Amino acid sequence: MEVTLRIKRFNPETDKKAHFEEYVVDVDPRDRVLDALNQVKWYQDGTLTYRRSCGHGICGSDAMRINGRNRLACKVLMQDLGKRVTLEPLMGFRIEKDLLVDMDVFFDKYKSVKPYLIADNPPAHGERLQSPEERHIFDDTTKCILCAACTTSCPVTWMSEDFVGPAAIVNAHRFIFDSRDTAGIERLQILNKGTGVWRCRTVFNCTDACPRDIKVTEAIEQVKRALIFGDQ
Amino acid sequence: MAFHRYDAVVVGAGGAGLMAAIQMAGKAKVAVVSKLYPTRSHTGAAQGGISAALGNTEEDHWEWHMYDTVKGGDYLVDQDAAEVLAQEAIDAVYELEHMGLPFNRTPEGKIDQRRFGGHTRNFGEAAVRRACYAADRTGHMIIQTLYQQGIRHNLNFFDEHHLVDIIFTDDGQCAGVVTYEIRTGELHVIHAKTVVIAAGGFGRIFRVTSNALAGTGDGVAIPYRRGIPLMDMEMYQFHPTGLYKLGVLLSEAARGEGGVVRNRDGEAFAVRYAPTLADLAPRDMMSRFIWQEVKEGRGIDGKDYVLLDVSHLPPEVIDEKLPDITDFARTYLGVEPKREGVPIQPTAHYAMGGLPTNVDAQVIRDPQGTIVPGFYSAGEAACVSVHGANRLGTNSLVDLVVFGRRAGKKMLEDIETLDCAELPKDADAFAREQIDSLKARQSGERAADVRKAMQDIMMDNVSVYRDEGLLLEAQQRIGELKESYRNVSIMDKGSTYNMDLLEALELGNMLDLAETIVHGALARQESRGAHYRGDFEARDDVNWLAHSMIYAEPDGSLRLEKKPVVITRFEPKERKY
Ligand SMILES: Cc1cc2nc3c(=O)[nH]c(=O)nc-3n(C[C@H](O)[C@H](O)[C@H](O)COP(=O)(O)OP(=O)(O)OC[C@H]3O[C@@H](n4cnc5c(N)ncnc54)[C@H](O)[C@@H]3O)c2cc1C
Repeated sequence: MEVTLRIKRFNPETDKKAHFEEYVVDVDPRDRVLDALNQVKWYQDGTLTYRRSCGHGICGSDAMRINGRNRLACKVLMQDLGKRVTLEPLMGFRIEKDLLVDMDVFFDKYKSVKPYLIADNPPAHGERLQSPEERHIFDDTTKCILCAACTTSCPVTWMSEDFVGPAAIVNAHRFIFDSRDTAGIERLQILNKGTGVWRCRTVFNCTDACPRDIKVTEAIEQVKRALIFGDQ
Repeated sequence: MAFHRYDAVVVGAGGAGLMAAIQMAGKAKVAVVSKLYPTRSHTGAAQGGISAALGNTEEDHWEWHMYDTVKGGDYLVDQDAAEVLAQEAIDAVYELEHMGLPFNRTPEGKIDQRRFGGHTRNFGEAAVRRACYAADRTGHMIIQTLYQQGIRHNLNFFDEHHLVDIIFTDDGQCAGVVTYEIRTGELHVIHAKTVVIAAGGFGRIFRVTSNALAGTGDGVAIPYRRGIPLMDMEMYQFHPTGLYKLGVLLSEAARGEGGVVRNRDGEAFAVRYAPTLADLAPRDMMSRFIWQEVKEGRGIDGKDYVLLDVSHLPPEVIDEKLPDITDFARTYLGVEPKREGVPIQPTAHYAMGGLPTNVDAQVIRDPQGTIVPGFYSAGEAACVSVHGANRLGTNSLVDLVVFGRRAGKKMLEDIETLDCAELPKDADAFAREQIDSLKARQSGERAADVRKAMQDIMMDNVSVYRDEGLLLEAQQRIGELKESYRNVSIMDKGSTYNMDLLEALELGNMLDLAETIVHGALARQESRGAHYRGDFEARDDVNWLAHSMIYAEPDGSLRLEKKPVVITRFEPKERKY
């Protein structure tokens, strides 16, 4: 099946502005968008640049805008896209080259919520106990692969640079609701600031964008409720 | 060129690298170099579990785990190392839990455990629940947890730096590494007392693989070119259940939870070959059973695949315990595992071989075990050897954590006593030349064509079934492809994120490794574990109860030496399941 890829290109060494280029590829309907990109890179234009690694939706490298929606290129099949496919880099981050963006800001925000277990000394032997029910409460947010699809789909992040964004909140949630963690209050205080959860306008773009089907908006709501009612 | 000095350089930020780095955090000056952002490492793809004889759901002992590891590896396992693995696995899993890893839990709140291929109770009696897990996302949880700890400890990450060379002094001490900063194209020389290679495996040598596109074995090939031997390279594992054509893995956990593999007649055939463990027979065997079924015309529609069937499992087990892998089947093949079988075929999965090390993760340079000062390796890049001729499921994650930890500890010790080796004047000269010549070439072969040809010949001739004819053909073909590689040219001549250049460098690494795999496979005239020779069907303990060590000679030829296997508790026996 022949498909035209419209790809947004930008080479900082030669271009002042980004522009679109078109490539015709011959793909199997079941090919991933990543396969189509590889076809261009390997056989037509070696300068085309994007990140990729695992190829099946777990490493989080290849989030991009596919026909206007944030998706992983390795989790969308060509058969679901039509004859013309537009590929653009994630919005809101500086474009480094073509479909590849600067992720530093994203990781800095992630780090700002203390995304690691803070807990009292563990038992000398054996594991800390946690019931299946306690474990279940934060299951959804453990699935995050830090692909930035949610954060870069959020209109609030496009408007205000200092909003921590959905991904950071998801990762704070993962610890705030972990029965073993003792620093929930600290993280809630961070998210209670002007840069935190109250910026969220409940647009649900993040939930739609998440390739791991995390209920991102719901997680943000739970954090808000914890701030109001103290029920973590 | 930028210059840095560190006590320790960790190459690779997967499970093994991060575990090593965390041991040293705050106690030494550590640089973690990774061509990917750490969380993109392929450890995140691991699904099924990490084994340790915790005995949380039924009786278990580390001696049983050790035995299974040795037998699973068809007795090519060094038993001193397997003992360390099985014993320290227990603490390692607890350490992961303490770091925050969200394991699935038993009703009493302990870490839950499940069955996995080749793991048995009481020296082979029946399957045992030994694999600790977090749904089918165990590796994801490990990489996230370790990266979180890395942030907590303020580790110094060199993200998106590609290792291009390792520097050794004339008397063989490691003096540091040369990396290529992907963002800018700048070369960095990192002068260091100690360097650990934890750069993962090389499944991308084969056409159908479960490995990431980044799984190109750079960390193994680069030291090899610098004179370090590689051990047991012919031992490459094919996992029986990869998605048809794509190779994306469907974890053994599917069979651990009760799934079976069926042929065109609907027969769950594994029990015919392995009466005791049936579908939980080790991977090398399962892959061969499938190969045999296909060869005898019992593949689906006469083609080269069979079906993994979990449709008889309760839907809640599928949703709770196998959510990701069933999602893969839906996404990529449009198949609903709750109703129908999923088309699968063996997929290139895991390198048992790699950089030879002792149990302290120190790289050795000869069969006598002489160490290379300042040079270490852990994880899939290394060969301790705890996996021998065939790795058991869940034992790689254990290996990462146990030997990653040991590497970090040993390095910390050695940093105290080692002097920083002197750097040669033009430390980055070789790397620069390699890059400049690739960029300078105006026309030539396309890397993608050479890579495809390599992957095809390796898949068709050097995978589950091998014989002399196939291997000789592969040897010749790889030789030709190495010639073509000298003429590879790239289109991107820039400095910013030049992935075209990196893919070409990776191809050079894979070709060197492919050559060692074929060389080892030709030499080893026996069948053992993952290495099956149709022309030498029996295991030959008289001649081949030995590791192969392959050296790159200056004239371009390869030399093979044998290293005896360490046997402590378990005498080699016939391997039956
Ligand atoms: C799909 C799948 C499922 C699996 N499931 C299981 C399981 O359930 N249980 C189990 O025990 N094992 C499992 N395995 C095996 C196990 O996951 C891997 O063997 C293991 O994670 C490898 O870890 P590592 O730390 O050695 O390397 P990786 O996690 O692969 O990391 C390699 C690191 O090296 C870096 N690197 C590579 N080359 C360079 C370079 N040139 N320069 C700089 N950095 C470089 C990469 O960026 C990366 O950070 C599975 C494997 C796969 C593919």
